[in-house]
Amino acid sequence: MTRLDAAALRERMQNDLPDALVEPAPLKVKAAHGAKTTGFVTDDTLIAPEHLIAAALYLRDTLGYAYLSDIAVVDYIADDLFELGYRFYHVEGGPALVLKIRVPRDTPEVPALTPVWPGANFHEREAFDLYGIIFTDHPFLRRIYLWDEFEGFPMRKDFPKQGDKYIGEDE
Amino acid sequence: MLKTEELQINIGPQHPSTHGVFRMLVTVDGETIIDLKPVFGYLHRNHEQIAEQNTYLQNMPYTDRLDYFNSMANNQAYAMAVEKLVGIEVPERAEYIRVLMVELTRILNHAGALGFLINDMGMWQTQLAFGMREREKILDLFESASGARLMCNYFRFGGVARDLPPDFMPRLKDLLRAMPAFVDEMERLLRDNEILMQRAEGIGILPPDLALAYSVTGPVLRGSGIAYDVRKAEPYSIYDRFDFDVPIGTVGDVYDRFLVRVEEMRQSKRIIEQVLEQLPDAQGGHINPKARQNVRPPVGDVYARIESPKGELGFYLVSDGSTKPYRYKIRAPSFINLTPLGDMCRGYKVADVVVILGSIDIVMGEVDR
Repeated sequence: MTRLDAAALRERMQNDLPDALVEPAPLKVKAAHGAKTTGFVTDDTLIAPEHLIAAALYLRDTLGYAYLSDIAVVDYIADDLFELGYRFYHVEGGPALVLKIRVPRDTPEVPALTPVWPGANFHEREAFDLYGIIFTDHPFLRRIYLWDEFEGFPMRKDFPKQGDKYIGEDE
Repeated sequence: MLKTEELQINIGPQHPSTHGVFRMLVTVDGETIIDLKPVFGYLHRNHEQIAEQNTYLQNMPYTDRLDYFNSMANNQAYAMAVEKLVGIEVPERAEYIRVLMVELTRILNHAGALGFLINDMGMWQTQLAFGMREREKILDLFESASGARLMCNYFRFGGVARDLPPDFMPRLKDLLRAMPAFVDEMERLLRDNEILMQRAEGIGILPPDLALAYSVTGPVLRGSGIAYDVRKAEPYSIYDRFDFDVPIGTVGDVYDRFLVRVEEMRQSKRIIEQVLEQLPDAQGGHINPKARQNVRPPVGDVYARIESPKGELGFYLVSDGSTKPYRYKIRAPSFINLTPLGDMCRGYKVADVVVILGSIDIVMGEVDR
């Protein structure tokens, strides 16, 4: 089974979806324990957020990568952006193709994949719940783990890790 | 024609058939399901956030608590992700021990899952007791190897924590000898029972195109007739050395998912028999002696996945070069397998909902994380 790798995918998309591709800039991951800070350049395909649905459907309908395995959000606070990694697999096997998009932290708006790809539903609701990513056109964008009245997004790097504002409020 | 009215009811969160604290918001018209929304998060502890504050090794016992039926499988997925990130080699013998443990886990998970499924159909406790009896034998083996029955914490980066004890192999062979009879018995208990068959056949149908669109994995996907198994699709560890089949269903109903699990237990036994043949010739010890446990991976990201008994279990790790993960994301199979629950239940009766839920086989520790 020979399947596409990231470089081959970029080449295919250069032909078919040239507007979608974005050159990845190195990320400043902040080392917390004295390790040297280095730029982190991803090998995966980075695309513009507004072309996400077109690119995902291209992977599914043209290339046959019909299984959406995972959507992972990472908070790169030093660069002031969120990165979302969409992981697609071919049903006949082989390694994944990954599409990554980057959105600014103050306006994290991403087009929702759920209307065209129902399997993205819980992934997107989880990303909204824990990171506050706004998926536009999502049919049911509600918190999935936390209660609806919860304030803040606990997986963000600037969410306070100590203290509980709910304790002592009733007294 | 009598005028009917839609009614919203809650099944759960405290309900004996919801496999944990899980709520289903059901809209019914009489006895028929119009709509169903799963509501969960009652067990949410922000596992991923806590894991980002632990060192890599400290997270190993914590992965046990995800899917508490299959701690060994969780350990393997996490160990593989860290090994890929750091670049640790695993000796051959350690790989065989890992495969042995994970396949035993698959057998015990399915024995329990099928027991609970038939429990949900109303055959109260009988099959569950049978399944738990076999599960107990495997848990005793786990205890002799790792020191714990459920929260095994057995895997380390580059191998497993300790080698198999001397009496492990004779006990395992006894267990394998008794296994075919038990699996046949399990299958007959459903197939030869007319009442249970009516509760299983044609219920909760998930067509293949829908199963794929909803990203379900594991026995639920294979029950719908798509032969996708990570062990075959992207072989990891040493699974390319074993000869085994991927069972698939035809219709995608509760009965197909039941049959797929029964057959997977037989296939796991086949893999274990091949492990027993090949293990004496395997090179190396139970752990790579050069592997450091207090790892400090280079900057980068990695995704490793395994075929856990419930589906594709994956760990996505991002390292910032320190001793703690910068991002630790779990792709939990039980969580994603719940996505099509509403579509699977629509049009069936209220009593079918618990059976359909039982056939998906969820564990709330993994769903809520």
